Amino acid sequence: MNKTWNNKAWWMVLPVVLLVAFSAVIPLMTVVNYSVQDTFGNNQFFWAGLQWFEEIVNSERFHDALIRQFIFSAVILAIEIPLGIFIAMNMPKKGWAVPVCLVLMSLPLLIPWNVVGTIWQIFGRVDIGLLGASMKALGIDYNYTQNIADAWITVVVMDVWHWTSLVALLCYAGLQSIPEAYYQAARIDGASTWAIFRYIQLPKMRGVLLIAVLLRFMDSFMIYTEPFVVTGGGPGNATTFLSIDLVKMAIGQFDLGPAAAFSIIYFLIILLLSWVFYTVMTHLDKQGQKS
Amino acid sequence: MDLSWMAWTWQTALFFSLILLALILMTIWSIKAPQAPRRGILGIETTPGDRLFISLLGSAFICLGWLAAIGSPLWWALVVCVIYALAVFRWV
Repeated sequence: MNKTWNNKAWWMVLPVVLLVAFSAVIPLMTVVNYSVQDTFGNNQFFWAGLQWFEEIVNSERFHDALIRQFIFSAVILAIEIPLGIFIAMNMPKKGWAVPVCLVLMSLPLLIPWNVVGTIWQIFGRVDIGLLGASMKALGIDYNYTQNIADAWITVVVMDVWHWTSLVALLCYAGLQSIPEAYYQAARIDGASTWAIFRYIQLPKMRGVLLIAVLLRFMDSFMIYTEPFVVTGGGPGNATTFLSIDLVKMAIGQFDLGPAAAFSIIYFLIILLLSWVFYTVMTHLDKQGQKS
Repeated sequence: MDLSWMAWTWQTALFFSLILLALILMTIWSIKAPQAPRRGILGIETTPGDRLFISLLGSAFICLGWLAAIGSPLWWALVVCVIYALAVFRWV
């Protein structure tokens, strides 16, 4: 059978191409232009070559922020993904409890970042915050403004509180799409709960888990507002993640050249990691479909 | 249209033109001689477009690594990048 090929539909893609060009490609090109020049304002630029890139890749400040960022993303993924799966598996499957549960789970996702930061900033305060005051009453020396471990715990718990729902809701959607026949077959075979999870639920959740891991990784890797509001990057630089450091450099110090080089390296790292995640998980998905 | 805020330099313009040229040439190539995705040494299926992406992204990291370990200029790093890109197109 001869099919007629018509490529006119490609014009439908034009609006999105223009939109991405204006919102992403042109700004990114500008950042590349900035990264090889120096400016003192007034739209005057001086050629600096690769100086800023050399400075950033050798800067201890950048290395430290990068390490903190990796630790943060690894910690929150290690907590939020298993916790989200666990919550999704224990959510009600039918009845009046389903909508109640879904609404309750969605609530943290509806709160803007800076509000979440403010909530936790007050919640953790030793003088007026419920968490801080309770810790004090229990005799636990908790102070996120002075103690590095407390600051980290607060920022991590805040992120878990804010975003585990997303993972749980995605996994719940994945679980709901499994036909009842799979469970019936498993019951006939006498499969254990673990076997059902490992061989039915987990493979069926792969697609949504791919999205959950990608979203949570990218979001945590560029986290800015919440830790900025709660700790301001402190105590010292203990919770200064890449984006906080970048904003300090670009807006605080107005070092546009180094900040541009910084953001390009930051962008390349995100691009690489997202590509690796995506490739590995789609590869696993294809393997899963074959087996 | 005033584009002075974009702070263009001929070097960055050349850089983006080369990337654009690569994309155009790859498009023409894929129309003239369409290729099915293949599985290379990474064990993943890649199209020529994927291989271009891997080449460009890898080259960026080679240059950054070169700057961290040896420093500028990057001429020899570019030679390494070209060899790397050829290897990606041949084996990945």
